[in-house]
Amino acid sequence: MIGQIVIDGVTSGAMIGLGAIGLTLTYGLLRFANFAHGEFATWGAYVALVAAGALGTAAPIGPLTFGWPLILALIVGMAAVALLALALDAVLFRRLRRHGNAIVLVIASFGASLALRSALEFGFGPEPFYYTREIAMTLRLAPGVRATADQMVVLAVAVLLMLAMHLTMTRTPVGRALRAVSENPDLARLAGIDTARVVRVTWLMGGALAAAAGVFLGVTVQVRPTMGFELLLPLFAAAILGGIGSVPGAMVGGLVIGIAEAASVPLVGAQYRAAVAFVVMLAMLLVRPRGLFGTRE
Amino acid sequence: MTGILSYLCFFATVALIYGVAALGLNLQWGGAGLFNVGVAGFAAVGAYVAAWLTAAPVASHWGGFALPIALGWGGAMLAAALVAAVVGMATLRLRADYLAITTFGAAVTLQLLALNLTTLTGGPFGIAFIPKPFEALASRPLAFGAANLALVAVVAALVFWALERLTRSPWGRVLRALREDEAAAAALGKSPDRFRLQAFVIGAALMGLSGAMQAQFFGFIAPDNYLPVLTFQVWVMLVLGGAGNNRGAVLGAVVVWALWALSGTLFTGLLPSGWQARGAALRVVAIGVALALVLLLRPRGLIGERATVSRHVEEG
Repeated sequence: MIGQIVIDGVTSGAMIGLGAIGLTLTYGLLRFANFAHGEFATWGAYVALVAAGALGTAAPIGPLTFGWPLILALIVGMAAVALLALALDAVLFRRLRRHGNAIVLVIASFGASLALRSALEFGFGPEPFYYTREIAMTLRLAPGVRATADQMVVLAVAVLLMLAMHLTMTRTPVGRALRAVSENPDLARLAGIDTARVVRVTWLMGGALAAAAGVFLGVTVQVRPTMGFELLLPLFAAAILGGIGSVPGAMVGGLVIGIAEAASVPLVGAQYRAAVAFVVMLAMLLVRPRGLFGTRE
Repeated sequence: MTGILSYLCFFATVALIYGVAALGLNLQWGGAGLFNVGVAGFAAVGAYVAAWLTAAPVASHWGGFALPIALGWGGAMLAAALVAAVVGMATLRLRADYLAITTFGAAVTLQLLALNLTTLTGGPFGIAFIPKPFEALASRPLAFGAANLALVAVVAALVFWALERLTRSPWGRVLRALREDEAAAAALGKSPDRFRLQAFVIGAALMGLSGAMQAQFFGFIAPDNYLPVLTFQVWVMLVLGGAGNNRGAVLGAVVVWALWALSGTLFTGLLPSGWQARGAALRVVAIGVALALVLLLRPRGLIGERATVSRHVEEG
């Protein structure tokens, strides 16, 4: 029972964490809550769906339900959404940033979120899609603990992506520049950092990671127009829990939210999953508004 | 002819009901700078409370107190105000955008409760047979529509007048002062948290009233009415009309509701029959893009906020 909750929670928590990294980075850097971030995940899942369809069918790899086309499609989806995020910033957010009021950006992102989601619903209809019709067999990991091979692979790739992201943030000049701008934009600019470039890189990385989360969600659950929007509250919860701007915080926050959701299912039923993220977030805001790893409120 | 007239009555009634919600949002955002992304949640609270209080008893869900409609609306405002007080006390002292996330979460949670607490709310099927005002006139569509419009117009006018008084009062001035320069206002001994909470609660009560009026006017409510797209509609109304201006809020409600209704007819006419649901999606895309364009090209909206401090400056 406990083991099953942990494995389910960790898998969905890893996806939440992946999505929350981009959210927390743009939040920390540009000082606004991007309500359109969940749609990056949805768009990633749909781009991958189209790409996988175009690449044709191939035999599933080992115990997985999907073959190599989906792996290529994942990369296509991540690249496409990275560009989408960049484009959205160029047409909308960057122009509004010049006016100064951060809350206007939030309203704009709320509008962008509905437009992006509804555009997919217009193109593909409200029905869910699946990457494959193969049936995922569960593996018995321990007595009473089962997981599909898909889940295990998704978890492994998500952990790898997070690790790569963490190393980028701590070991590379780009990551250092990003943290510097996030901490003090004016000082960073004085030190000769090209802030516009840092912002662009952040959108690219955040969009790509959210797209990966969307594809993984599509593999383990299904692809539908509201998937990213339903992910939005868990994403915010993870970002706030971990502390705005903190990459490790987003990962830990994602895990906590994932496990809390999984643990709540036997108690209150699966229909309240989104509410669980909200309650955890509210508790954190009341007790420690700057989050676990945050530096400012 | 009567068909067109009763449609116009219907149209104006719905527009004014939205207008009341937009006025509530204007007090919160235009007046106090509070970013509420949970309009749909407060409207839902108002709608369900009004339905419980005024509808006749049924076996399928709770409520059925069959009280007069005025009591239902009063109860709706009170309930929405209470929810807002709880949410506000928890988050108003935090950063402005945390309020946005929290109200969004509260609205999602309230919608989930409406959907799943079947014994209280009727679940996904909602509550039907909510008594309409002037039900006796229902056989004559034009008279019925005109009476409803008159009632909603009186309520909207009262709300408008009260808000105009309120924003011109010392209380409204403190609110604007806090929005513009919190530190300066606090230095004059005004408690930011207290004034903000009051504005938030009053605004939410108006959203609850709007939800209650809509429930009563349509006679039927379901959780699907209170999805985030409702919040978005009210926001577009306020931003287009001009935040900070009560006239702008009402004007925005009428214009956006007209565009919404027109685009609905347009897309229904243009798209093949199997695409109706997708047409509704396209409508949301269009209005989302419209909001972005207004924010980019005309950030003050159609009317915008009047400068309220310049009078003496010009004289001097």
